[in-house]
Amino acid sequence: MCTPLIGLRAEPLATPIQFVYLAAFISLPLHGSLAVSLQSLLFAVFAIGAIASAIATITRKNPVASAMTLVAHFFMLTGLYLTLEAQFVAAVQVLVYAGAIMVLVVFVIMLLNVGRESQASGGRPLRTTLGTLLAVLLVGMITITLAARPTGLNQLAANATTIGTTEAIGQSLFTTYLFPFEAVSLLLLAALIGAVILAKRHVQEG
Amino acid sequence: MLPTSIPLDYYLILSALLFVTGVIGVVTRRNAIVIFMSLELMLNAVNLSLVAFSSFLGDIAGQMFVFFIMAVAAAEAAVGLAIVLSLFRNKQTVYVDEVNIMKW
Repeated sequence: MCTPLIGLRAEPLATPIQFVYLAAFISLPLHGSLAVSLQSLLFAVFAIGAIASAIATITRKNPVASAMTLVAHFFMLTGLYLTLEAQFVAAVQVLVYAGAIMVLVVFVIMLLNVGRESQASGGRPLRTTLGTLLAVLLVGMITITLAARPTGLNQLAANATTIGTTEAIGQSLFTTYLFPFEAVSLLLLAALIGAVILAKRHVQEG
Repeated sequence: MLPTSIPLDYYLILSALLFVTGVIGVVTRRNAIVIFMSLELMLNAVNLSLVAFSSFLGDIAGQMFVFFIMAVAAAEAAVGLAIVLSLFRNKQTVYVDEVNIMKW
C-alpha cells in the first residue's frame, strides 16, 4: 500500500516505514511530483544497495571486507522489510544477523588471522564455471516465469501493517507456533553444546 | 519510470538475484568463512521472498517462518564456525580445496 505521508492513514500509531517516508519526503526538493512513488524510490535504493553489497561480499579477497559488506547487505534487507511493513522481522534482522551472527564471523576471522585469498593453484575448475552458469540459468528461469505469468499482486494486503507488529508475531508464536518455538529452543541448546565440544581444545589425559 | 507501488514480482526477482549471488559465492570461493557468509546470503534471499509473500497475502505464517529460519541460522553459525575452528586447528588452513582427506 502506498503511503507517502504520515497521517494520511487512519491508524493512530505511525509505523516505522512512515517515518522513513517522512524523512525521504522532507529531504526531496521535488517532492510534489515524487511523493506517490516514494515506496518505489526506496525499493529501488534498497534493492540496488542489496545487490551491490551482495556482489561485493562474494568478490572481496579480504574476508574482513566481505564481512563488512555483508553487514551493509543486512541493513539493506532491513530497509526492504520495512517497505513490506514487517517491523518485527526488520528489528530482529539487525539484532540477530548484523549483531550476533556477524560478530561471531568477524571474531573467527580475527582468531584465525585469515589473510587475503590467493587464486587456487590448479586454475578454475570445471565445477565453478558450470555452477555459475546453472545459477544464472536459475535466475533467468524465475524471471521469465514471472514475466510470463505475473502473480497479479500489486498492493500490500490491507492487514499488512497489523501482522508485522511484535504484538501479532508474539501472539502467534505462543499460540499456533508454540511447539516449533519450543523445538527451536532445544535446537539452540544442541547447537550450543555442539559448538563448545567442537571448538574445545582436546586435553591429553595422563 | 517507476510504478507507484511495487508488485510482488519485483521482490521475487530481487530475491532470486540475491540467492544466485550466494550460490555463485559458494561455488567460486575457497575460503570456508566466505563460503559460510555466502550461505547466509542465500538464507536471507529466501527470507526476503517469505516476508514479501507474507505482506502481500496478509498471512502471518511467512514472517513466523522467517523467525524460525533466523533461529536455525544462528545455530548453524555457531556449529559451522566451530567446525572451521577445529579444521584450522588440525590442518592449518581454511581453504576448502586443501581439505581433500575425504575425497575419493
